[in-house]
Amino acid sequence: MQVYFDNSATTRVSKNAADKAYRIMTEVYGNPSSLHSLGIKAEAELTSARKSVAKSLGADEREIYFTSGATEANNLALFGTVESRKRTGNKIVTSAIEHSSVIDACKRLENMGYEVVYLKPRDDGRISETDLQNAVDENTVLVSLMAVNNETGAIQPYNAVKRIIKQKNSPALFHCDCVQAYGKLMIKAEKIGADLLSVTAHKIHGPKGVGAIYIKRGTRIIPQHYGGEQESKIRPGTQASALIGAFGCAVNEIDYSAINHVAEIRDYIKTFVETLDRAYINSPKDALPYILNVSIEGIRSETMMHFLASREIYASSGSACAKGKQSHVLTAMGLSKQRTDSALRLSFSRLSTMEEAEYFCRVLKEGTESLVRK
Amino acid sequence: MNELILIKLGEIALKGLNRKTFETALVKNIKHRISSLGGFSVKTAQSTIYVTPANEYSDIDEAEQRIKTVFGIAAYSRAARAEKDMDDIQRVAIEYLSDELSQCKTFKVEAKRSDKKFPLKSPDICRELGGCILERFPHLSVDVHNPEITVNVEIRDFGAYIHGPAKRGVGGIPVGTGGKAAILISGGIDSPVAAYMMAKRGVELTAVHFASPPYTSERAEQKVQKLLELVSRYSGRMIMYTVPFTRIQEEIQSKCPEELFTIIMRRFMMQIAQRVAEQNGCAALITGESLGQVASQTISAIACTDEACTMPVFRPLIGMDKEEIITISRKIDTFETSIEPYEDCCTVFTPKHPRTRPILKYVKLAQEMLDCDALINEALENLKVTKIGYDLYKEN
Repeated sequence: MQVYFDNSATTRVSKNAADKAYRIMTEVYGNPSSLHSLGIKAEAELTSARKSVAKSLGADEREIYFTSGATEANNLALFGTVESRKRTGNKIVTSAIEHSSVIDACKRLENMGYEVVYLKPRDDGRISETDLQNAVDENTVLVSLMAVNNETGAIQPYNAVKRIIKQKNSPALFHCDCVQAYGKLMIKAEKIGADLLSVTAHKIHGPKGVGAIYIKRGTRIIPQHYGGEQESKIRPGTQASALIGAFGCAVNEIDYSAINHVAEIRDYIKTFVETLDRAYINSPKDALPYILNVSIEGIRSETMMHFLASREIYASSGSACAKGKQSHVLTAMGLSKQRTDSALRLSFSRLSTMEEAEYFCRVLKEGTESLVRK
Repeated sequence: MNELILIKLGEIALKGLNRKTFETALVKNIKHRISSLGGFSVKTAQSTIYVTPANEYSDIDEAEQRIKTVFGIAAYSRAARAEKDMDDIQRVAIEYLSDELSQCKTFKVEAKRSDKKFPLKSPDICRELGGCILERFPHLSVDVHNPEITVNVEIRDFGAYIHGPAKRGVGGIPVGTGGKAAILISGGIDSPVAAYMMAKRGVELTAVHFASPPYTSERAEQKVQKLLELVSRYSGRMIMYTVPFTRIQEEIQSKCPEELFTIIMRRFMMQIAQRVAEQNGCAALITGESLGQVASQTISAIACTDEACTMPVFRPLIGMDKEEIITISRKIDTFETSIEPYEDCCTVFTPKHPRTRPILKYVKLAQEMLDCDALINEALENLKVTKIGYDLYKEN
């Protein structure tokens, strides 16, 4: 049996989405900016996808701009806004557990002279509202906080950010990286008070290479690329029409109710892991059920991962973007080296099944018993 | 423009009666390296190898890149061919070197007349060509001691050749003339450098890698392949044998004293590598050990490991500092790959305090706890074979 428990790294593309991409590539292949009918048809595909994404975020379609993915969206959100607000202030508030596309961009901004505050999570993997309150001030131009952490599934206090900004009388904009939350928690941009919000297709059964940024109307942003009129000049360059079309399809297939089914699978595995020797759950109790982070102390993540892979079970040792490095998220949570060294991230999707969970548990037990522990 | 590459032989030129063997091997290696580019002829005359493109579509820049990595080449230059006649020599020299000459302030001409039938003597050639260059580039002046550029003219059997300063080749002697040996490669910084250094002395390589899935990853093995591909640009293609090593490590771990783990493991590696080497016509083993670098690289530990095999073991890095090794590894471009963070010989098994002065008698006694022959045979039966560098160069 093949078991794919690495859905936070990426997901299997749904058939409808793949078919859509193929159809656009081979039939509606015109340049969406061309004036002839093939171009107009291609543009119609973009419009339809844009509407789907907008609707899913409770936004207007004119607030959605397609990018190459969330890394680009995050970069655009950070560099694009701080550049436009140079005279307002030079402080950015974010967390130490953001995705590397936010953290590394922030490090660059620090080099450029900005002050960046990286808030550390509490024991439960969450950034505390009090810490946010203390960090945000009148000099803050941007608060960037993820909705759900990609390694632990910990849900962050994204609902509180806008209120705190108002309370502190801060000019800050709020950027929310919603990559892991998208399609799983119903997040409406306006309701959570986000001025900027990033999502990507490939975590919701869409293709890799396409994402979107929501920019609230009236928010000034300086483009980071130049060269054409596409995406209202915010993100010029010929749009990846096939990928965007497929993205739209994937969005239409979002099923918020799948969370219950996923929670059952998560609970089953969680209960099982708790019976194992020297095993720990690193995800907080109220985490998003799509992600479960565990440690089997003494067995390095890499070793367990390869053991599982040899039995056709695919999981991850942390963020796929970090490729073997120690998790900055678990380290920031203050977990011991032993625990971070042996962390495994299991991430599920609506396609995961209970049989898979049972098979996984059997193999995991076999691994904990047969592998040499340190 | 008839551009070609002239190659000067290195150490080979010093060889006595078997010089021909070395020359033949070098020509063969050069042909092999550039064969996939198509359309180059390679021939030797008067201690020089001529690499001539067949037509204007032959990629001479890529040919130069590849020639840079062939052992046995002391120096080479890109040159232009002219007819053996002063007018043509002057015309070609000015056209071929015009960019360089217009950027420099001082120059000189050096001539070499191997074809003594040419009517002008070397100093006369220099004078005539020098005068002509001064006329065409009046901003230049002649400086025979410290010129910014030297214009070389070689009058040879097949024509006259004009080139700027020669570039240094990679040196060494042609691969294949030094016999065949097996390199034990882990994926760290040292072993690729050791492989490179022995290839430089003419040794043809076979690689042996030990993998311990699931403690080591598939990516670690791919990393070793990548390293060997980088080495193969110098050494030529090779076969890599991957030895399944998990079982042996688990056995040592469960049955032998912890502090002897590394030394016993190394003994197994030597024994297995020797068997693979024998099957492949190799007469020696190569390792990347440097004295005192880690616990298994002390004199007593090396004595203990070497006792496990009968072949000579070459350790070209034995007296080098890490910094010196890194310098070479950067030069041959393996460093960046070497430091990719994948586990190699599984830190899971490494003892906290390995014995630095193991006593052979006790090591052997401990090893007797295991069914060594059976374990080794089992590993040898399950070797994985990977071809390295075969797609890079076409079959000759």
